[in-house]
Amino acid sequence: MKIKTLSTVTAFLFASSISAVNAQQLEITVTNLTQGLYYTPLLVSAHPANMSLYTLGQPATSALQMMAEGGDISGLSAMLTTANANSTENPASGLLAPAMSTTAMLTTTDGNNYLSLVAMLLPTNDGFVGLNSWKIPTEVGTYTFTLNAYDAGTEANDEMITGGGAPSVSGIPAAPGGDGGTGASGVTMTETNTNVHVHPGNLGDDDLSAGKSDLSNTVHRWLNPVARVSVKVM
Amino acid sequence: MFFTQTKKLSLLLASITILTLSGCNNSSDKKAVVIVPPPAPTPIVYSYEVTLVNLTQGQPMSPAAVILHNGGQLWKIGESASTSLEKLAESGDNSAVLADTMVLAGQGGAGILLPGASETITLSISDTQPMMLSLAAMLVNTNDAFTGVNAMQLSNMAMGDKVSFTTSTYDAGTEQNSEMMATIPGPAAGGEGFNAERDDIDKVSMHAGIVSKDDGLMQSALTQAERFDNPTLMVTITRTK
Repeated sequence: MKIKTLSTVTAFLFASSISAVNAQQLEITVTNLTQGLYYTPLLVSAHPANMSLYTLGQPATSALQMMAEGGDISGLSAMLTTANANSTENPASGLLAPAMSTTAMLTTTDGNNYLSLVAMLLPTNDGFVGLNSWKIPTEVGTYTFTLNAYDAGTEANDEMITGGGAPSVSGIPAAPGGDGGTGASGVTMTETNTNVHVHPGNLGDDDLSAGKSDLSNTVHRWLNPVARVSVKVM
Repeated sequence: MFFTQTKKLSLLLASITILTLSGCNNSSDKKAVVIVPPPAPTPIVYSYEVTLVNLTQGQPMSPAAVILHNGGQLWKIGESASTSLEKLAESGDNSAVLADTMVLAGQGGAGILLPGASETITLSISDTQPMMLSLAAMLVNTNDAFTGVNAMQLSNMAMGDKVSFTTSTYDAGTEQNSEMMATIPGPAAGGEGFNAERDDIDKVSMHAGIVSKDDGLMQSALTQAERFDNPTLMVTITRTK
């Protein structure tokens, strides 16, 4: 009798732990910690272990390049759909301004146990904030951590605001704060590290109508971390 | 010893079974326990794979020094750098760190680790389970910046365990950050490496980053390409044996 009871309990525990992994309710709050950078629409996704949106020290995919250079998440989103991931897009309904937060709800299904998120940082050439394959805890609770800014390695950081946001088109699409300059000669035309790496930060200068950079060295710089993420597992 | 105890346990279990089957018969089952001599110890090998990814945009890293040790630290914030660390941080020469008395087993990187590049270094040690792992590498286009891991606890890592994390950048405090061509050994400058003179604060601290001539330091041999933010290195450690 006792043995039977024990095995029933074991089966019950087993079943309940499986069901907890099967479907999870997540409330994900992302805070832009920077003082002068905007996030383009965020892509937040729970996906299987066998995929990632980017890998540090490896070349960016063309889908990541689209996101990092122009804020276009459609390529990564399509990739996630193919993998049967659970994604939510653009929780801030547009740009996420400096020091602001946004919250995304996500219901995960079987096997989508890893959380990733990305958004381009404006104004940069190919800078993005990223979380890569964070294992979602099965235990109920709130988990808080910070994220760094990465460089996709696909475009030289010339810091010229040209409107160029398409892949392989140089320049920065926009400075949403209306605080960018014009007439820059370009900080650099080359970037030797073509793998995804930690962004060195914007350089900027103190001349908004000329100089090397269209960015301001007192407004558009940052230091890591650039985001705080709070994940509530319900 | 374990062997003997197992045997005892199984005898005990057997006797319980007999008791259950035959009721209150306690007259049987007084067999002597056979002592099995312990087998001659075979050497136990502990092995760790350490994968490094240089996360910087333009700072090649010197060949890392990766060490297993049971005591000591490669550096302490607020204290003077050892001469071994000074050599590594100013010139990228890891040999003195690898030869330090606290090292149980050490392994150097295969060569310069370029920005965006990865490398896996394997360390093995026999019979002694190492308590700690440390590593250090110079950011070579700097005066005396290094990144690494200081006395990370290994003792709770089981076979097959894997940990991954990123590391920040420190200033050895042994050479002023003049960024002048004559003082930086990396390819951006080609200047001097180790110099025994300590003309900085002589305390290890976090590094404030590169200024560069692009940002107005006119004497600097460095450009925006050598600037960096933390973290600068990704480290993944797997215990394979």
